[in-house]
Amino acid sequence: MDAKTNNGATHSNSAPPNSTPAMEWPAGVLTRIPFWVYQSPELYAQEQHRVYEGPIWNYLCLECEVAKPGDYRTTFLGSMPVVVARDYDNEIYAFENRCAHRGALIALDGGGHARDFTCVYHAWNYDLKGNLKGVAFEDGVAGKGGMGKTFCRADHGPRKLRIAIFCGLVFGSLSDDVPPIEEYLGDEIARRIARVLHKPLVVIGRFTQMLPNNWKLYFENVKDTYHASLLHTFFTTFKINRLSQRGGLVIDESGGHHASFAMIDPTVTGGDYAQAGLRSENEDLTLTDKSLVAFEDEFHDGCSLQILTVFPGLVVQQIQNALAVRQVLPKGQHSTALNWTYIGFADDTPDLRRARLRQGNLAGPAGYVSMEDGAVGGFVQRGIAAAANERAVVEMGGGGTTNEGTRATEASVRGFWKAYRANMGI
Amino acid sequence: MAAAITLDRIIAVQAAYVRCIDSGELESWPDFFTDDCLYKVTTAENHKLGFEAGIIYADTKNMLIDRIVSLRQANIYEKQTYRHILGLPTILANGGNEVECETPFFVARIMHDGQTDVFATGRYLDTCRHAGNDLKFARKIVVCDSSRIDTLMAIPL
Repeated sequence: MDAKTNNGATHSNSAPPNSTPAMEWPAGVLTRIPFWVYQSPELYAQEQHRVYEGPIWNYLCLECEVAKPGDYRTTFLGSMPVVVARDYDNEIYAFENRCAHRGALIALDGGGHARDFTCVYHAWNYDLKGNLKGVAFEDGVAGKGGMGKTFCRADHGPRKLRIAIFCGLVFGSLSDDVPPIEEYLGDEIARRIARVLHKPLVVIGRFTQMLPNNWKLYFENVKDTYHASLLHTFFTTFKINRLSQRGGLVIDESGGHHASFAMIDPTVTGGDYAQAGLRSENEDLTLTDKSLVAFEDEFHDGCSLQILTVFPGLVVQQIQNALAVRQVLPKGQHSTALNWTYIGFADDTPDLRRARLRQGNLAGPAGYVSMEDGAVGGFVQRGIAAAANERAVVEMGGGGTTNEGTRATEASVRGFWKAYRANMGI
Repeated sequence: MAAAITLDRIIAVQAAYVRCIDSGELESWPDFFTDDCLYKVTTAENHKLGFEAGIIYADTKNMLIDRIVSLRQANIYEKQTYRHILGLPTILANGGNEVECETPFFVARIMHDGQTDVFATGRYLDTCRHAGNDLKFARKIVVCDSSRIDTLMAIPL
């Protein structure tokens, strides 16, 4: 007999009102993104295994941050805490920051210098490669206690990462199937990283911006060339990045990596925005200190802006002379850590370094052309609160994921979903 | 000769400075600085390691003016205000015409929907200089205690 509510309605053939909506997404569809991808706890857990621990390269840190033997940094591979260390053989190693004994963190701080690591809980000791070297009271005390006779230190230890270094960027992977880093990046993306990170780097600042949204919303935002000159009016007004400016978009074969770029073209004036009546057009806005946007063509190729992403969470930024790498880390379904590392070159002239410091105002948590990106993902996350089974429309420029001569496209966003779906198997 | 830079004058300029920001009179904010000022927002970790870059970095007063113009005309952010609570300043060095001092701050951010959070705590490392009858900041390094910034930093600290 059917259950009846007190108003007589029958519920026997329909889902209870508080059930989780079905997570449906037709295979191959990249122009519609169901909003549950930004909300589902199950998906979030799967991402750790299928994306971060899958056949991909995770950006970990800069090589210059572990410059000397004994230097280490702590970071994350998705949710997994990781130690990156340079050993006395001068090689860089990375391993899970988890003691093989009870699972406590091995290194507690953000980085420093060490000869070895000792877990604070029971003093198990590790070398800089992550090998378990010492177990406190392994042989017991006065002939009593101690580890079992079959215990072998070599059988125990945190998971070790494979390491790849490219242009001073340190990547790690838990997969034995991941291709070599150059192959993973593809020729064009590799060339465009090498174009910027072409000589020894120095860190000039490190900041963490906490974003109130799922990590994918931020990574899509960076790839989204369509929004750049619409949301960020500072850019368009000062002619740093107009859609009418010469530039383009490069997407690798997997879809997961992209580079968008703009070339110097001070003669362009923006008719496109005025005609469309868009907010970005504001010719009256002028800088009192125009030297902020005085660009030195340090790469000698006329490219004044290049935003490049590497799946699943690296951004390499050249906004004029403001250089940075950004690491996108998930911190729960609705929270993302965006780690900014502002960089320069070891041989910067004082003038060029000053230009980087001043142009640092363009990006970062208070950046003239990026502060909106810190909030807009949260606007989406809040907007979709009751819309798990509704879908975003990602159709600008058609349905493709290939390189285009324009930035009025969402091809690189679709490319992200192509790579994401391939890795996730959904 | 200008009056000596005393603790009460430092307290007065700090109080006026945070009152200017918290009351939303941002167009007046650059006037607290000398033309050749350095204003930087950084974190304790960056400060300790000697990293030069800032979340905000301005080495002219004109850059401060531009930041307010950008906030008013170009940037998009949800309506919000700050409430600065200052601790007592410590004078670190008094050179007569210039004083170096340190003042702790606590800043709550109040969003348009009422949500109120601790946005930043830290200290101002300031160089105050005589400018006529006023004191102005020749240098203000805002050293936030935390390495994290929530969402974005629109209004200056």
